[in-house]
Order: sequence, then C-alpha cells, then structure tokens
Amino acid sequence: MHPIFTSIAIAGPETVLTLGSLAALMLGTFTHPAKAVTTTSLFAVAILALAGFTLLDAPAASVWAFDGLYIADAFAAFLKVVILVAAAASVLLALPWLQGRDEDGALRGRFEYPVLMLLATLGLTIMVSANDLLTLYIGLELAALPSYVLAAFARGDSRSAEAGLKYFVLGALASGILLYGITLIYGFSGSTQFDAIAAVVSAQSERSLGLMFGIVFILAGLAFKVSAVPFHMWTPDVYEGAPTPVAAFFSAAPKVAALGLMARVLIVAFPGQAAADWQQILIFIAISSMVLGAVAAVAQSNFKRLLAYSSIANIGFALVGLTPGTPQGITALLFYSVVYAAMTLGSFLVLLQLRRPDGAPVEAMADLAGLSKTQPKLALAMAVFMFSLAGIPPLLGFWPKFAVFQAAIAADLLALAIIGFIASVVAAFYYLRIIKIMYADEPGVVLASEGSAVNGAMIAGAALFCSPIGMLAITPLVAAATTAAAALFPNYIPAG
Amino acid sequence: MMPILSIMILLPVVAALVVATLPGDEAERASRARVVALATTLVEFAAGIWLWVQFDQTTAAFQFTEDLPLFAPYLTWSLGIDGIALMLIELSVFLMPLCILASWVSVKKRVPEYMAAFLFMEALMIGTFAARDIFLFYLFFEGGLIPMFLIIGIWGGARRIYASYKFFLYTLLGSVVMLVAMLWMVGTAGTTDIAALSRFDFPVDAQFWLFLAFFASFAVKMPMWPVHTWLPDAHVEAPTAGSVILAGVLLKLGGYGFIRFSLPMFPDASAQLIWLVFGLSMVAVVYTSLVALVQQDMKKLIAYSSVAHMAFVTGGLFALNTQGIEGAMVMMLSHGLVSGALFLCVGVIYDRLHTREIGRYGGLADTMPKYAVVLLFFTMASVGLPATSGFVAEFLVLIGMYQTSTWATFVLTTGIILGAAYMLWLYARVAYGKAAGDDTRAMPDLNAREIAILAPIIIVTLWMGIYPKSFQTPMQPAIAQVVARLEGRALATMPTDMTMSPIRSAQIAPAVSTQAHAAEGGH
Repeated sequence: MHPIFTSIAIAGPETVLTLGSLAALMLGTFTHPAKAVTTTSLFAVAILALAGFTLLDAPAASVWAFDGLYIADAFAAFLKVVILVAAAASVLLALPWLQGRDEDGALRGRFEYPVLMLLATLGLTIMVSANDLLTLYIGLELAALPSYVLAAFARGDSRSAEAGLKYFVLGALASGILLYGITLIYGFSGSTQFDAIAAVVSAQSERSLGLMFGIVFILAGLAFKVSAVPFHMWTPDVYEGAPTPVAAFFSAAPKVAALGLMARVLIVAFPGQAAADWQQILIFIAISSMVLGAVAAVAQSNFKRLLAYSSIANIGFALVGLTPGTPQGITALLFYSVVYAAMTLGSFLVLLQLRRPDGAPVEAMADLAGLSKTQPKLALAMAVFMFSLAGIPPLLGFWPKFAVFQAAIAADLLALAIIGFIASVVAAFYYLRIIKIMYADEPGVVLASEGSAVNGAMIAGAALFCSPIGMLAITPLVAAATTAAAALFPNYIPAG
Repeated sequence: MMPILSIMILLPVVAALVVATLPGDEAERASRARVVALATTLVEFAAGIWLWVQFDQTTAAFQFTEDLPLFAPYLTWSLGIDGIALMLIELSVFLMPLCILASWVSVKKRVPEYMAAFLFMEALMIGTFAARDIFLFYLFFEGGLIPMFLIIGIWGGARRIYASYKFFLYTLLGSVVMLVAMLWMVGTAGTTDIAALSRFDFPVDAQFWLFLAFFASFAVKMPMWPVHTWLPDAHVEAPTAGSVILAGVLLKLGGYGFIRFSLPMFPDASAQLIWLVFGLSMVAVVYTSLVALVQQDMKKLIAYSSVAHMAFVTGGLFALNTQGIEGAMVMMLSHGLVSGALFLCVGVIYDRLHTREIGRYGGLADTMPKYAVVLLFFTMASVGLPATSGFVAEFLVLIGMYQTSTWATFVLTTGIILGAAYMLWLYARVAYGKAAGDDTRAMPDLNAREIAILAPIIIVTLWMGIYPKSFQTPMQPAIAQVVARLEGRALATMPTDMTMSPIRSAQIAPAVSTQAHAAEGGH
C-alpha cells in the first residue's frame, strides 16, 4: 500500500474530522434553514464521537506518519479524547443559544457554527499530534482561524466583533512571533522535525544563542495560545466579548491542546541543556500567571472576565506540572487539563443555563445574588465548581493542583510550589465571593433557568465529576495519564 | 470485621444528602430535617460509645484499621484510631447531637441546608481524627473549612461575611504551607502512612523547616497568639451551634495535629523550638486574658478565653513529657466541653434577648435561677475549680511544664488567676446586680430542651473532674509512644529559664495521674 494511505489510516481522527466537516458544510447548506442548526450540530457531535472511536484501536506504541510530520502515540490519544469530549460538549451547550433569536429578532443560529467548531477541533487534534514545527504551525492556525470567526459570531453585537478583531490581531502577532522562532530553530538546527532538533540540541557542547532565541520565540507564541502571562491580555476581553458558548469552548479544548503541544515541543525537541533553559522561562511564566490570575480576578465584576482570569491562573498551575520536565510532571499536567476542562465547562454551562427576566444573558456577578434560593440546584452545581476551582479538598479540583505541586517538589522546585500555593489562597478569595453572592446575599433579579435538558444533564455530570465522588476517578485517570506521559519519554529511566 | 469508622464517616454524609433532598413544603422539610439530623447524630454517638467499649486500652497501635487503595496513587483510604483519636472522636460525637438540639428553634431559615452542613461537618471531623494516611488527614482537615464557611456565612450575625472570609482564608493559608511540607515529607520518606512517617527520622535541619510549616497550619487552627484574631470574629458571628463546634472540636484539630505530627515526626525540632511555643503560649495566656477582661460581648470574651486555654494546651504539649501531654489532651477535652457549654449558655440568653452585650443583662440569679446555677458551674469549670475537668487539665499541664521550664509555668499560672478574674467578673455582671431592663427581667428560665442540652455536659465535666482516669487510660499508651519518641532529644535552653534538664518522662507521679507510672513502664 502506498505510504500515504497508511498515514491517512494512522491519522484516523483527523481524517474523520476533515471529511466530517466538509459533510457538515454540505448538510447545513442543503437542510431547511429552520432546522439547519440543530441538524448540523447533532451531526457534528456524531462526527466528533466517530473521531473518538477511531482512537479505540490506536496502537500502544508510537507510530509516525506523513514522513515523521505526524505522530500517533498514547500522549496524543489521551489529549484527543479530552479535546473531542470538550468540543462535543461545547457544540451541545451552544444549541439553546443558537436556537434563540438576536435582539433584532433574527434567528441567531447559523449552521456554520458547528462546522467552524469541527474545523477548530481538527486543528487542535493536529496540534497534539505534531511532530514537526510545521505541523505544529498548521495545526495552530487551523485551530485559530475558525476561533477568530467564532469569537465574532454574534454579528449584531459590537462587543463580539471587537472580541473577534482583537483576538485576530493579537493572534496574528503571536503566530508571527512563533514563525520567527521556527525559522530561528530551523536555521540553527537544520531541521524542523522534533527528533532531529533534539539530536542536534543534545549533541551541542555549548549553549547556542540562536537556539535559545528560537525557544524563547516559540514559547512566546505558545504562551499566547494558552493565555499565560505576559501574553494573556487578550483573554479577558475575548471571553467577555465573545458569545458565552464560544467563550466556554475557548476556555477548555484549545487550552488543553496548546498545553499538550507545549509539553511535546519542549520535552521532545529540547532535552538536556536546553531543558534547563526553558525551565527558567516556564518558572517565570507559571509564577506570573498564577499570581496575576489570582490578583487581577479579585477586582472583577463580570463573571466571564472572572473566568478568564481564573483560566489564566489555572494555566499557571498546569504549567507548574510541565516545568520539571519529568514523567510525573506531565502526568500531573494531563490530569490537570482533564479536571480543569470539566470545571470550566461546568461553570460556563451554569451561566448559560440562566436567563435574566429581560431575556438578557447573565454576565454580571451581582446577577447571581441569592441564586441558592431561586435556583438551588444550579447554585449547588456552581458552588461545587467554585470550590473545586479554588482547590479545596475533598473536591476533585484539589487533586490536580496537588499532583502538579508534588511533581514540582519532587524536582526540588520548592519556591515554585510555595508561591503557587499562596497564589491559590488568593484565588480562593474570589471563588468564595461567588459562593457568598449565591448563598449569603439576598436575591436581586430573579433568574430563570432555561436551556436544554441536555445542558442540565451535562451540568449534573460535570458537578458529580468535580464533587468528592469524582475522587473515585483519580485512579483510572492518573493511570491513563501516566501511560500517556510515558510516551513522551521513551528513554526515561526513573531515578533511584 | 465491620468497617465501623467508614460507616461513621459515611453515615452523616448520606444523612446530609437525605436532609438536603427531603420532600414537602418549607415547614415540613425543616421539621423533618431536624429529626433526621438528630437521629443521625444520636446513632453516631451510639457508634462512638460502641467504639469506646470495643477499644483495647492497652496498646498504642491503631485499632479498627481499614485500608482501601481507593485513590491511588495519591492517597489511600486508610483509617484507624489510637486512644488520642478515640477521645477526640468521642468529644465530636458527644457535642454533635447537642448542637443539633441547640439549633432546634433558633435556626429558622434554610433549616435543611443548615442540618446538612452540620452533618457534613461531623463526617469531616471524624475523618480527620480517624485518618491514617497523611493526605487523607489533609483532605478532611481542609474539607472542614467548607461547611464551617457556609455555617458562618449564611447563618451568622451581622458581620458574618467578613468573619467567614477571614476564617477561611486564614486557615487555608496556614494549611497550604503545611501541604508543601507534607509533599516533601512523603517524597522523602516514600510513604503516606502516618505511623510509618512517625517512625521515620527526618534530617534534623529539615525537621526545623518542616516543623515551622506544620506550625503555620496548627498555630492558626489552634489558635495561638498572634494568629488568633480570626477566632473572636468567627465566634461572634457564628450561630450558637457553630460556635460550639468551632470551640469544641475544630480548635482541637491544631492540638491533635501537634501531637500526631509535629511531636513524633519532628522530635528534634520540637525540642529545639520549645522556646518559640512557650514564648507564644506565655504571651497568649497573659495578653488574651487581659483582652478578655475588657470585652463587652460575651461571645468575644469566651473566644478570648479559648485562646488562653489553648495556650495551656500548647504549653502542655511542648513540656514534652507524659504529664504535660496528658494534661494537654485532658485540657482539649475539658475545653471542648466547657467552652462549648459556655457558648450554649450565651446562646440561651441570646435567643431571648438577641444581644450578647454583657451590659444588657444582670440579675439573672433572681430571674433565671436555674440558668444562673448552670452558668456558675461552667464558669467554675472554666476557671478550673477542683472537681471539674478544668482543674485536672490545668494541674497536669503545670506539673508537666514545671519540669521543662519554671518560668513558663509561672507565667501560665498567672493566667489562671487572670482567667478567674474575667470569668467571675463576667458572671457577676450577668447574674448578680440588677436587671438592666424590663425585657431582661422578663426572660423565662431554662426550658426542658435547654436543660436536656446542658445536663449531659455537666455530668461529663464532673465525671472528668472527679474520675479522670476513664478518659486518661485510653490515651496513655499512645501518649507514652509519643514521649518515647521524644526522649533524649536535646532541649533548647531558654534564655529566661533557670534550669534545663533533658526530657525524662514521669518524674513526679501526681495524685490525679496514677496511670503515668503504667505509661512509663509501657515502653
């Protein structure tokens, strides 16, 4: 068989998503406009599920495709499952919003929404399977371009347009920086393939300034994608301006993919001496993200902005897991990304489920006042997510934090752990504030709960997962994450 | 064997879920919630008694052990209790039904949620004392913040929001520092088992930092001066039952932490840093007693007196000998009963007059004679009158401390006098003199429910005061084990001290602690 067919077979999820997104486009075009959104969305979920099924018979060992541009291994498979589930949840949670009407009465939903989601998801899956700087770039851009459009999806809303434009301009800048880094790396190592770069890097006796610059530029570009400080500025504005379902999508799947991508590039392509260099950068990024995410969120009054800062802080915590560059750390990072995706999607879901009496979506934190009296179930779910995000045991959200800091301490990064924990105390303050608003304040506007039963079920599922009951998932989840992390370290011999 | 500890932890959780999802309209739900909560806590109490009866008092080993590798690789569900944990569990399950009864009528809004929060609280407290895995301990220890935050924040007084934040963030900050130390310890020792960690010899210079990290958490929980400031705020704003649990059980977590972790795991650092603990305890006793003297708010006064009593606990623990540690344990139990009861007494008159201002009362000995007697009893118990539990505790602590530092003992003894001053003055202002107003005069005396709440505490307080052996015997093997671990460590010389001797256990055999000999012979 021609190698191209073998490669296509190895890249199962991507193949399904590519064909599926084209089919979804056709389906949307030829369906009655009134039904197009629902049909295409459900079709998109089916495609995502199908892409997930192709992962079932994924080989245990790492397999390369497309002349080494692409890699299918346990690490990629783990992340793809998370991405596909998060993407499917994002498509489903948008449905009630899409079926609604804009302020000017026009039907809000256009079937392009699920199609764009599919394309973005395709980009995300390519990112985590990238074994070459060029694949990495293609994946990133494929994920980014639909995202820009999605951010501006509410056409009538000037804030949404502003969010899309801001995201696009800053994203383009970050891509430029990233590309510049890629060219530098290529210039100094002679290759764009991770293994080849690693071979050159390990063979070097002295530190190469060019490579260093390359790493810095690549990290800057990737830090933008995960919205880590100091490249986080777009996040609060985009989260606030973009329609809430879109912000929910941005907060989960792309972050998971970008974290995975970052882990693979750094661990596979820049081992040894270079690892010590990028570790310094990561320590800075992690600390500043945790601290800024915690401190800046305190002053927010808009719930979506708050969640934006919360995601900045969480990315900081997740990067603590990446910093040691050990299998233990990567395991913790993967565990973190799963739990984080559940917590943040859950919080957005609760927000989406609520409606002000005037029909406007809920955004101000003050709107949630007394929610425990008007909507006790949703308030309880939100409280679970908030305590979980704050990292208070016995809620599940504590354990990923525990895991990343355990990895950091095992690698003698004590200062990082201490600063991180203190930042988490500051962060606890604003999560507690939400709980206080919901439970201790008197109800102001009475919020209605409207939204689909599907969303309700997803909230219940996410809340159950984040609750202490979810701790039962630790063992299987960490076992899977350990296998996945091991794929990045084929030659790793544990110390001692 | 029946997994009794797991059942005791899970039963309140299940009951809490039942309570939160009861059917019916608001009034029906409230009354059903009260009944379910009371029934559950009584069952827990019965289970606690069964635990005590079945407990083997001759061994320091953990009993009723359970091991389930549920949450591997991070922690295991391993439970078990020794005598120290047993007595603190008894205290928790004893106070819990009383808390439910105390909230029977005074809590009117959101009764099911309130009861559910208390039941969760009970599960977490039992879990904290029963955990044999260091991270499982942390889970329960930290988890207790959530229900307490809600209890203060939702059902508290006027400044409840401020108080609940302060309580939560203060204790959380202390705890995360401890967590870093725990992670390091587990990484170094390669086990999460508390018993194994207690036998592991950490390097002496590392012990110093680990001790301070744990100290950050336990000193806040305890609370010790100068990190005690969250306590008066939390007490003043918490509902009565919340205060009882806070003073009765949650403050014991700090002392329990010291005896379970700090002393056996960092024996060298403990011996080296007694100047720190003694110094803070000395300041605490004198300073908070003086502060208590000038309080106008009854709850605040009792809260400050708690800080002073807790200083006796730290003083006794860091005497590092049998009498001191035993005295500290009895002090914790005694304080749990007495200060819990005092908060209940405040609650009784607060329910009638809705103020805690001392000046608004007076003459209660005339108008509420039964109440005045009960209040007098607990005032005396708090002061440490012989035949009450407080006396046993203070006496043992001072005997223990005297062997380690005479100066510290001297200052703490002054604290007893100051304690008598503020408590008796409080009693004089509330019970004697003239009633401050007609509404004060019109207050009805204790009703049957209130007597039913307070009578058991009176009985146990007297029991502990007259025959403390029942409470000391189960703890002695475990305490002997801790002391054995501490024996021979180099003590720091305190600059203010006259003589210092290396630690010996049981130099003096006081009358109230005849069992100390047996404990000494045990190792």
